[in-house]
Amino acid sequence: MITIKSIHKSYVNGQNRLHVLKGIDLEIASGEMISIMGPSGSGKSTLLNILGILDNYDTGEYLLNGTRIINLNERKAALYRNQMLGFVFQSFNLISFKNAMENVALPLYYQKVSRKKRNRIAMEYLDRMGLKDWANHLPSELSGGQKQRIAIARALITKPKVILADEPTGALDSVTSMEMMDLLHEINRSGITMVIVTHEHDIAARTQRTIKINDGVITEITMN
Amino acid sequence: MFSIDKWQEILSTVRKNKLRTFLTGFSVAWGIFMLIILLGSGKGLENGVKEQFKGGAMNGIWISNGMTSVQFKGLKTGRNIRFTDQDYQLIKNTVEGYDHISARLFMGLDLVSYKTEYGSFFISPCHPDYGYIKDILMLEGRFVNNMDIREYRKVAVIGEKVKSSLFKGSDTAAIGKYIKIKGVLFKVVGIFRDFGRDDNEQRRIYLPITTAQRIFYNQNVINQISFTTGNATPDEADAMLNKARQTLAKQHIFDPNDRQAIDIMNKSEGVRRFNALFDGIRLFIWIIGIGTIIAGIVGVSNIMMISVKERTKEIGVRKAIGATPISIIMLVLQESILITGFAGYIGLVLGVGLLELISSNMPPSDFFRNPEADFAIALGATILLVIAGALAGFFPAMQAARVKPVEALRDE
Repeated sequence: MITIKSIHKSYVNGQNRLHVLKGIDLEIASGEMISIMGPSGSGKSTLLNILGILDNYDTGEYLLNGTRIINLNERKAALYRNQMLGFVFQSFNLISFKNAMENVALPLYYQKVSRKKRNRIAMEYLDRMGLKDWANHLPSELSGGQKQRIAIARALITKPKVILADEPTGALDSVTSMEMMDLLHEINRSGITMVIVTHEHDIAARTQRTIKINDGVITEITMN
Repeated sequence: MFSIDKWQEILSTVRKNKLRTFLTGFSVAWGIFMLIILLGSGKGLENGVKEQFKGGAMNGIWISNGMTSVQFKGLKTGRNIRFTDQDYQLIKNTVEGYDHISARLFMGLDLVSYKTEYGSFFISPCHPDYGYIKDILMLEGRFVNNMDIREYRKVAVIGEKVKSSLFKGSDTAAIGKYIKIKGVLFKVVGIFRDFGRDDNEQRRIYLPITTAQRIFYNQNVINQISFTTGNATPDEADAMLNKARQTLAKQHIFDPNDRQAIDIMNKSEGVRRFNALFDGIRLFIWIIGIGTIIAGIVGVSNIMMISVKERTKEIGVRKAIGATPISIIMLVLQESILITGFAGYIGLVLGVGLLELISSNMPPSDFFRNPEADFAIALGATILLVIAGALAGFFPAMQAARVKPVEALRDE
């Protein structure tokens, strides 16, 4: 599903040049669930951003579902993100003035699905997350776990090939974290490839493979 | 671009960010409101002053006979210049470009009677064109006509005040009745209203000039020649006046520069000065108005800038889940157009409403009456503001489109 070969990425900040990724090679099979671990500044979030076509890379090669992802213009990148990828963030990133249903339905708005239809689909996904009764609530009225489940519903609504989760449990308590992992497992079992960035070992332990990154290179790959 | 769905998305954004919407809208509405009030007040001032110029065509020139004050070609000062029909014909033939021309006799105040009612009125024999030159309104009947002139008819056209003083009680219909002027009966054929501010203008009786010459003078004397300059520019009008002056000076042998040999009233001179004044006032209003609009634009841009900054995260999320840069630009742009357009319209309605209120409740004074905004200008200003709003939204929108989702979503 995902193939990356010797990916390099540097950030230029004034006179300073920060070499963040120093040749990453990774192969993720379709339907796999992997975790990426590493200390802060190791480059794991940068890797996730590149995988998510949120950021570009300097050299190397990236194949997503057989499509070469290189030098995409913004419109094309947006299209791929919308069709193939789903994002789950640590801080949920729900739009504060939209209610749960509208948040979930938003990706379909950019697919030009009619309002009625996308709200109906959004309700189905909320129902699956057990949040049907909260459809008309604003994010501020929801608990952390509820917010993250809404974010997951939003990521799923476009039926993506891959879900990229950046510290999905980072803002949640341990009980909720485990519930969240159960949910992600369930989603993975439906055939969606899952990449989770985390620094928690018990979260990483529940994935099939753990990739450890340190200082811009992969240092260790563990099968769990 | 104009899909209903897109507008629903924008409307929901606007609805849920009420304070931001209100602040943006308010500065726009206020700008337009002030502009309308300014334009309206300027117009009111103009209308007020214009009122003072009423009573006589705006392009009229009146030349009356006088007394020489300068020695010329061996002739002494203090000679009376006397106009006759010949001078009238001479002006008619030499001055080019006038559209109405008339001679007039000054007979002054005289006692006029109808049955037992008496009154003292100004008797003004003239040609048919004088009605145009004086810019009067016929309320009933007609003005002096060519047939009256040719056939020396004894007819009279009387002012409103003349009618109300002579025709009283049950005997109010004046047309067709005979009034006695200097012992001669004249048939009333018309009643007029003069817009001049001088009440005496309503106490006037116009007679066919030929009739008056024959009956009261037995000679073809006249006192005044007046004409209107048509569509002539102020310079052309000056040239026409100069031509008339030269012609008369040659005919009556006086120094053309002698200001007292003939007495000239040039209405277009006053109109010109009035126009210059109002050009100044208009310029002033426009400077203030444009300043107000710029203030509005700056307000809108500021708020849009802040709005985009505030929405960086939201925009990042939208981009992460598939929003294209163009859709982000349109979102910000259309929102700003919607707000400025709507708020501009509110300001327009409120401004025009207030002017209407002032107009209908404030008694017109000498210097201020009927404030009204030129609707085309008001609409133009609103459209300008909407475009400005779009422009004000455009740069923040471009900035928003460049937002990198990575940076926007980074946890602080």
